[in-house]
Amino acid sequence: MRDKLLQLLIISVGLLVVVKLFSLQVLNSSFSLINNNASVQKIYEFPERGYIYDRNNKLVVSNDFSYDLLVVPKDVNLADSIVISKDFNIDLKDFRKKFLEAKSFSNIKASILLNNISKDEYAPIQEKLWKHGGFFTQKKSKRTYNASTAANLLGYISEVNKFEIEKNSYYKIGEMIGRQGLEKTYENELRGIKGVKFFQKDKFNRVIGSFKNGIYDSLPIASKDLTLTIDLDLQQYGDSLMLNKRGSIVAIEPKSGEILALVNSPSYNLNSLVNKNRSINYKKLESDSIGKPLFERGLQGQYAPGSTFKIINALIGLQENIINEGTLHKCEGGHFYAKNAFMRCHTKEATFSNLNNAIYTSCNTYFAKTYRGIIESYESSSVGLDKWNDYVKSFGFGNYLGYDHPTGKPGFIPSSNYYNRWYNNSWRAVTTISNSIGQGEILTTPIQLANFASTIANRGWYITPHFVKKIENDSINNDFKNKNITLIDSQHFEPIIKGMVDVIDIGTAKNSRIDDIKIAGKTGTAENFVRINGIRKQLTDHSIFIGFAPADDPRIAICVFIENGYWGSRWAAPISSLIIEKYIKKEINRKWLEKYILDGDLSAEYLKPYLTNNFKINE
Amino acid sequence: MSNIKAKNFDLISLILVISLIFIGLINIYSVSYSDSSSIENFFSKQLIFVIFSFSLCLILILLDINFYFKYASIIYIIILFSLILVLIFGKEINGAKSWFNFIGFSLQPSEIMKPVTALAIAKYLSNVHSDIKNLKIQFYSFIIILAPTSLILLQPDPGTALIFLSFYLVLHIVGLPSLYLNIFIFISVLFISTIIIGMNIMLIIIGCIFSIIFLYMIYKKIKKKKLIYLSIFSVVSVLISSLIFENIFEQRHRDRINVVLGVEKDLSGIGYNTNQSKLAFNSGGVFGQGFLKGTQTKGDFIPEQHSDYIFATIGEEWGFFGSLVVISLFITLLLRMSERTTKQTNLFYKIFSYSAIAIIFFHFTINISMVIGIFPTVGIPLPFISYGGSSLLSFMILFAGYLKIDSQKKSKW
Repeated sequence: MRDKLLQLLIISVGLLVVVKLFSLQVLNSSFSLINNNASVQKIYEFPERGYIYDRNNKLVVSNDFSYDLLVVPKDVNLADSIVISKDFNIDLKDFRKKFLEAKSFSNIKASILLNNISKDEYAPIQEKLWKHGGFFTQKKSKRTYNASTAANLLGYISEVNKFEIEKNSYYKIGEMIGRQGLEKTYENELRGIKGVKFFQKDKFNRVIGSFKNGIYDSLPIASKDLTLTIDLDLQQYGDSLMLNKRGSIVAIEPKSGEILALVNSPSYNLNSLVNKNRSINYKKLESDSIGKPLFERGLQGQYAPGSTFKIINALIGLQENIINEGTLHKCEGGHFYAKNAFMRCHTKEATFSNLNNAIYTSCNTYFAKTYRGIIESYESSSVGLDKWNDYVKSFGFGNYLGYDHPTGKPGFIPSSNYYNRWYNNSWRAVTTISNSIGQGEILTTPIQLANFASTIANRGWYITPHFVKKIENDSINNDFKNKNITLIDSQHFEPIIKGMVDVIDIGTAKNSRIDDIKIAGKTGTAENFVRINGIRKQLTDHSIFIGFAPADDPRIAICVFIENGYWGSRWAAPISSLIIEKYIKKEINRKWLEKYILDGDLSAEYLKPYLTNNFKINE
Repeated sequence: MSNIKAKNFDLISLILVISLIFIGLINIYSVSYSDSSSIENFFSKQLIFVIFSFSLCLILILLDINFYFKYASIIYIIILFSLILVLIFGKEINGAKSWFNFIGFSLQPSEIMKPVTALAIAKYLSNVHSDIKNLKIQFYSFIIILAPTSLILLQPDPGTALIFLSFYLVLHIVGLPSLYLNIFIFISVLFISTIIIGMNIMLIIIGCIFSIIFLYMIYKKIKKKKLIYLSIFSVVSVLISSLIFENIFEQRHRDRINVVLGVEKDLSGIGYNTNQSKLAFNSGGVFGQGFLKGTQTKGDFIPEQHSDYIFATIGEEWGFFGSLVVISLFITLLLRMSERTTKQTNLFYKIFSYSAIAIIFFHFTINISMVIGIFPTVGIPLPFISYGGSSLLSFMILFAGYLKIDSQKKSKW
């Protein structure tokens, strides 16, 4: 009996071993071998990151190369130290110190001896490389920005973090990823796909040939260049006009939705984020809580739109038959919209306004009455307000617009739910009367306002604004080709546009007239408040202008938003007109106006809340 | 030659062993071929070992078997003494003082101790007065095995010491009470479980199991004395297991065991050997990379690839079929040897033969299991195949002993 035990054991061990070998050698696919094998070295080949051009094919972003000199300490003949340090232009002491550091890290693995060697410094080093064993160079690519503009728009690239590596297995530690802006949105296009080569190594980490004759190798797939919708000249002109002012310029080509310029002020130079000091520079930008250069006002700034919003109320009024072109409203320097509730207006006392002069004089009373008419024409304020809300939202307000940039804010258009919660269901049209003049709860972003101008220019539709006109060997997102149609019929736009033309010709923005370009526009002045040490304080009003030109065949729609710029026609309207003039005529005839804007400095205004406890505003 | 009968000579086993040695030579050639920088050529050295071992075995076979029986004790004591000497004068290789250095060649007395212990235990137990059921006889048998084992542990060479466990298997086959085997298995299970799930949880589990059985026994009114002993024994075993594992084992031993048990996964550090070796098998696939073409082998990634890890080279260059051939050769050899030994009537012959089989079998099992990653890394060679003069000589002596004994089974003692 016990004699058989040994044989039984021998057979069971044999079977066990064969089963394990079968699973190791027959069942396991050989690819798992590549991925966790110290003897196989993967060498990636990265396609050069795509270039970015402006709409006129001017190069905006490209790549520059630098080199690292690496050393494998084991292979270095230290007797040649003096020659080595001379050939590679390193101080002898420095070389010895770095060499020892490298050696203490690993004798057989490569360490960086010199980094960021420029192309010019590289040439002489490369010539002498063959003389010394154990040294090799490695090419590194970095982004260069040929124009210091549109920093937040373009964004930047930086090393992937561990979350991104976990989320997307494509990325390996040390690789770069589009971190912000268009670099982020178009990461896949700009990046291309890296190729990989597998090499067989021996235990000393030496490559001894290609792995399995390269059957697992893959070639890199080239990246794609981007052509922006941005007009670099216009963008940079915008930068110069915005000097010493805070705010944004957003210009759109109405018929295509292409964004011609997105100026943010203050801005910064992206080249400061690619050099050695990038983390210091980034911290500086990030910690500037007053200027907030990383805050892209055009996309992220949520402000009350002020009087520019009167236009939409007029359009809804027309569509809902609350008003027509001839409707008159009496204004007595304002009106009582409720008992003891007077809305002031800057028009002369006891005037009757029709729609046209209400627009160009920006009469509060007229639009308050129109708004009230709209809301009250329904069985309840809730229904009326929600109907109004639908109209407003059809212009792209109150939600993310859907453009191809990763940052943005939705703004806010109140609905009945909001007021029901706020006022506990007891509210009326007059409770929300501020909506008529773009104050109160309404928040919009400058790009939404520019898109609004563009929609008016198109007489009732818009194409989602976007920043990329063309992707090399590829097409842009179909969302950027389709028309979004508003709930307002196109015939209602004409009387409004007429009023907007008069704003420039005879109305609130007379100062911004250009003789041979017919501009339609609307000024806005928005009250705003800030909380300093817990106390709510009113600051100087924001200066806003929206418009488009030429009024009959619009080529450019614009929104200019100047924080604390007093009133609409003081800064925003003239800046808009200069941008329009620059874009349409390519040169500025009104040098006096240009000079006034270029010299304009609102720095003192921005310091006010921080300097004294008591400051005066709007004067 | 007088007492070897050609008719009874186990030629097939000899052919199997020669095939294994030949396979060993081919693969040692493949390993040393890739490493051109290495000054010593493993292949040519192994060839010399083979010729030397064969010649020596021929001489040993030609000696009369009574010579061995007569001098077994003296040979045992001499080699045992050499194990003491090696601790004092030995040369330290890989952290173990287990080598004597003679002109150019090194010798491992612990390897020679294997056939010698087999001889000694065979002689002791074949005595008509030695009844294995007798406690005193059991005790002395254990001493014969434990004396060399402890000296080898002192070197320290736990791998070789582990091989000496094979003698207990032999004792079991020739009639050692089952209690020993049961206790051994019971302790092994407790030891491994303790390492995997930890001492505290293990104690709780044992507590629960025994409480339930205890309550059941109270209910059924069964005697509980044995159970109480067993539970105390279990608890003590767990405590001692934990103590040995945490305090007596060195970190590298703990790591190796943890890697196999899956407690730890570190493929570049502790688990490196095992992982590289598994990758070699994976790389070999079904048909292998071909002679001299193994990438893991070429890359020289696996440490001790010419000796303890030689099977990885076979797996990579000859694939699943190659490994299968080697496994089959071993299993056939071992089964054939044990089958023929079963028929042996002489106890001295029987015990020596079983010892030879058990030692080869233990080496085979532990080595292959280690190389394919189901046993912790212990440095022991694959019989007949691994590079190494002492071990080859040891296996050849064991095998020659078997051949000689086997050819004599018809003759009367």
